[in-house]
Amino acid sequence: MTMLTETPLPPPDRWWRSRTMRRFLRNRLAMVGVALIVGLTLACFVGPYLLPFDDLYIDLRARFAPPGTGAHIFGTDPLGRDIAARLFQAGQISLLVGFFAMLMSTVVGTVVGVVAGFRGGWMGAVLMRVVDAFLSFPSIFLLLALAAFIEPSPIMITIIIAVTSWMEVARIVEAEVKSLRDRDFVMAARMLGLPAWQIMFRELLPNVIGPIIVAATLTVARAILLEAYVSFLGYGIQPPLPSWGNMLNGAQQYLDKAPWLAIVPGLAITAAVAGFNFIGDGLRDALDARSDQR
Amino acid sequence: MLRYLLLRFWQSIVLLFLVSLIGFMVLNLAPGGPLSQYALTPGMTKEALDRIAEQMGLNRPLPIQYLDWFWNLLQGDWGKSYRDGRPVLEIIGGHLFATLLLMGSSTLVAVLIGTWIGIHSAVRQGSVFDYVTTVGAMVALSIPTFWFGLIAIFVFSLWLGWLPAGNMYTVGDGSAADYAVHLIMPSLVLALVNVATWSRYMRSATLDVMSQDFVRTARAKGLTPRRVLMKHIVGNALVPMITLAGLQLPTLLGGALVTETVFTWPGMGRLFLDSLGYNDYPVVMGLLMFSAVLVLIGNLAADLLVALVDPRIRLE
Repeated sequence: MTMLTETPLPPPDRWWRSRTMRRFLRNRLAMVGVALIVGLTLACFVGPYLLPFDDLYIDLRARFAPPGTGAHIFGTDPLGRDIAARLFQAGQISLLVGFFAMLMSTVVGTVVGVVAGFRGGWMGAVLMRVVDAFLSFPSIFLLLALAAFIEPSPIMITIIIAVTSWMEVARIVEAEVKSLRDRDFVMAARMLGLPAWQIMFRELLPNVIGPIIVAATLTVARAILLEAYVSFLGYGIQPPLPSWGNMLNGAQQYLDKAPWLAIVPGLAITAAVAGFNFIGDGLRDALDARSDQR
Repeated sequence: MLRYLLLRFWQSIVLLFLVSLIGFMVLNLAPGGPLSQYALTPGMTKEALDRIAEQMGLNRPLPIQYLDWFWNLLQGDWGKSYRDGRPVLEIIGGHLFATLLLMGSSTLVAVLIGTWIGIHSAVRQGSVFDYVTTVGAMVALSIPTFWFGLIAIFVFSLWLGWLPAGNMYTVGDGSAADYAVHLIMPSLVLALVNVATWSRYMRSATLDVMSQDFVRTARAKGLTPRRVLMKHIVGNALVPMITLAGLQLPTLLGGALVTETVFTWPGMGRLFLDSLGYNDYPVVMGLLMFSAVLVLIGNLAADLLVALVDPRIRLE
């Protein structure tokens, strides 16, 4: 909606007191998500300093110790390493991979989406068909093929995950920008003679930031899941560096003897992914002005 | 209708071209390219490698190589496996049935349960049932499929001993009942995520239709709520689900791959991982392209089906 106002606009509310923020804070599930993520992040980045073991310490007398044996709160693995220490160390890797994969895919997706949506025409069509083409591959197939072909390191894994998850953001941003392209404020910017990149990234981009944040949050969840898959299958983060995925890698053969090897890391993955999904969903509801009427 | 069909067909061809470009790019990312297999052979010399490269046409410019590769793909020549020299398409064909069986049965379960949940939570919007299924779906979407499979094996095979832990049939048995027993766990595990997706979309599609004028009209003329729901709302809400089924294909295929690994199910996903382990790049590439083509065909089929059942699109 565009309107010429003669009276000065009221001073903008601080963002943390805005209606969106209040809607978000009222959402119980989103708050559970925030608690999960804050809790997990604290545990993974502070936890290692509070534990009596580090993640490489081998306690030969306590191999296959079930959770709660002595100071091993989550038990030990087949080598006698403390699972809690490994879980927190692994969490740092998994969360960082998830976060940076999100950052990369969001930047790429946003740029592609803004350009495709603003330019339209054959350029927009070509860009969006490329998006469709990438979406035609089951992402786990593409991810595994790339991971198997390329020397795996945490940075490469992050890049590969980003390569297979930028398309959703691109689609969302393209649709939003397309719907804003002919609004008056864009016309005004054009008439002022602003260069195209300024219209795209300084006029249009701030108006689609909401959907981007929602998509980015859900992308973190997705990236953590994808990292877990490839690492579980042995093509992701390589031991001795632990990740939640590769902790599960050896768990299958000890399933009858030491089920906690599988249960503990899996719960951590589920908690992290659910946390980001809850937050993303809460943000979507909060940013949707219609949700107030419900 | 014909115009629409031609347009969709043309779009699929363009997509196929782009998909093949991406596939070719991935192929050339392989360490040492297609030659790596020969480079590992004992006693291999630089000269012999060059000769093989010449024979395989690898010293030609990349665009020419691409066109050659793509032309062969179209003719059904997808290369030969490094492992046993059989044609790639033949090998994939041998694993297709297992994957389709797994995907088909789990989709059937997911559609039935998901549709039911979706309709009920839409009709009783804001109820406890709606809230519980909404949260439940979000949690289900957060559980890694392979981990859920491991837990299922632990509970139902190792602990309770009710179901076999893997494989598609018992060697020496292979009756329909034997297949069915082996199918239960993997298809239910794969169905979990799909039930969640399906119920979410069915819920919002049902809510969309419920707010439309023709539903108000149906109610106003005194039809029973049950009749309005079954005949007017559900029928219309199911139409976008066909498109969703097409769009969900890549996810479903990816999920099948993961499920197959956990349950040693002899399908395409299992083949994909085995081939990765043997550096059998022709089969890996073949599966990558095959799954993408399958997805393109699935999406096209979904669009055609929508056009068939929905006169609004057919008449456009």
